[in-house]
Amino acid sequence: MTESRPGLDQGKESETVTIWVNGRMVRVPAGTVLASALLHLGILYTARSVSGQLRGPLCGMGICFECRATVNGQPLMRTCQLVCHEGLRVEIAQADQEAQA
Amino acid sequence: MTEAQVELLVVGAGPAGIAAACTAAESGVQVAVLDDNPDVGGQIWRGEKRSAPSSLAAPWLERAAKASGIQWLTGWAAVGPDGPHALLALPPGGGQLVRVAYQKLVLATGARELFLPVPGWTLPGVFGAGGLQALVKGGWSVAERRIVVAGSGPLLLAVAAYLQQTGADVVLVAEQAPWSKVSRYAMHLLLTQFAKFRQGVRLRRTVRSTPYRVGCWPVRILGREQVEAVIFSDGVRRFQESCDLLACGFGLVPNTELGELLGCQRAAGRLAVDRWQRCSVPHVYAAGEVCGIAGVECALVEGQIAGYHASGNLTAAGRLCRKRDRLRRFAGQLHQAFALRDELRSVPDPHTIVCRCEDVTLGQVREQMSWRAARLQQRCGMGLCQGRICGPALEFLFGWKDRSIRPPLFPVPLGALADEMSPKSDLPSSEKSPSASHSECSTRRLSP
Ligand SMILES: Cc1cc2nc3c(=O)[nH]c(=O)nc-3n(C[C@H](O)[C@H](O)[C@H](O)COP(=O)(O)OP(=O)(O)OC[C@H]3O[C@@H](n4cnc5c(N)ncnc54)[C@H](O)[C@@H]3O)c2cc1C
Ligand code: FES
Repeated sequence: MTESRPGLDQGKESETVTIWVNGRMVRVPAGTVLASALLHLGILYTARSVSGQLRGPLCGMGICFECRATVNGQPLMRTCQLVCHEGLRVEIAQADQEAQA
Repeated sequence: MTEAQVELLVVGAGPAGIAAACTAAESGVQVAVLDDNPDVGGQIWRGEKRSAPSSLAAPWLERAAKASGIQWLTGWAAVGPDGPHALLALPPGGGQLVRVAYQKLVLATGARELFLPVPGWTLPGVFGAGGLQALVKGGWSVAERRIVVAGSGPLLLAVAAYLQQTGADVVLVAEQAPWSKVSRYAMHLLLTQFAKFRQGVRLRRTVRSTPYRVGCWPVRILGREQVEAVIFSDGVRRFQESCDLLACGFGLVPNTELGELLGCQRAAGRLAVDRWQRCSVPHVYAAGEVCGIAGVECALVEGQIAGYHASGNLTAAGRLCRKRDRLRRFAGQLHQAFALRDELRSVPDPHTIVCRCEDVTLGQVREQMSWRAARLQQRCGMGLCQGRICGPALEFLFGWKDRSIRPPLFPVPLGALADEMSPKSDLPSSEKSPSASHSECSTRRLSP
């Protein structure tokens, strides 16, 4: 099992990691939560509802699934519960992200 | 399936879970703590590692880092029980399910926010109050954004102050409770819990240039592609406030679902516990907000009681009981002060979406007589969140209690399923969605 220890594994603030958002390379500070990183990039919505409405994160704590995206090939990942790591790939469900960014 | 064994398993690494784990580990018990969040700290101490921890958090985080014999499994979700002495857990990134066998279990699953449907609440840019705070703590800068903070409870002021300190322009804090109740609560704090009163005053000072309006609530959220303004009502008049973001929460709801799957009794929306924080199921304890909303100090005390008792140290556990009882009594005042007003029930209109996962509107739900019917006819509460957002809302709106919790608590990727959890039924209905490539993944859904 993987382990983390509270207080001990503080990444240096100045460090950044590279992630890929819909194939586009972006550098974000290490330790950034993925949903927060996407919002920071100006991406307010990450999903479409069953009737096609645009939706973005709501609860920020892993409950609502409105922040879902495909991460490293795994669909339905809650981006608010993931920390960006080097090489992470996130696919946001819809194609019109360019308009947002 | 991979298996792991521990003496004491703690679910939730918030204040209650940390306190339970530390006290037990310091008595020589082998402990594992499992939390869905990427970080230790729960709702209130999340991200404390990144900044300077508060004076309350610092000693506990240090104690947690020092204690030997605790395994911290962050990013792990407990998805359900597997027999009476084991849970199934989903590792970060969604690998294979792991069966974690335990001798004793502490449920410190905390609480989530209460969301009530307001026309327009599905617009991007509308967040929970604590939700927005969490995303900002996660690294999103909201500097210079105009933010309205609305809903109910002491969390609103804490969130507003936090956002303001990060450079946001908090334009309004709108509390639904009337002035008579809020002021009575403030008076009660002044007389009985001076430290809390001072903290409240400090928070208010941080956002002193922002109006704190009591007795008003959001009735409509406006915007085309994202939120642009919020209309409030005070029961007589309506007024509009422009904003870039809305942070809106109506209080907290205990996360009792895992306890319920284990068969633990629930009372008044929380897990029922005895003097020693024991649930109705043997070897299972509960501590913190899952036993009712009472704040961080109470969560710490209850976590310690559970941790001490689970490791056989009854004397130490007993010494804390009075403090716990006192803190619980104070919490009662809080609930009275911030009780939700009836007018909130008439805020959503027939077109307002109630179940966000399945896009079920209030009008559609109203046609049904019960939760069960709404679920069967409209798939209300059957989506990815499993009714965790709409369930408490419908309980408030119609008095319906959704008590059909189904394992797994979180969608489990097909590849992660072992025999016992093999997918039996349909794909998630979000399959209908034109966007996501859900086809690689299935979740198990038992028929209701
Ligand atoms: C969004 C939010 C913001 C808050 N902000 C403040 C604040 O600013 N100031 C304040 O005084 N109080 C705040 N509170 C109140 C605060 O929650 C409590 O005072 C305190 O954090 C309670 O501690 P706890 O340990 O009981 O629960 P929590 O801190 O809620 O911890 C519970 C943990 O259990 C985890 N968990 C739950 N279910 C599972 C599962 N099935 N599998 C794995 N992990 C699971 C959760 O991810 C969470 O990390 C906030 C509450 C919420 C919900
Ligand atoms: S924002 Fe709700 S689950 Fe991520």
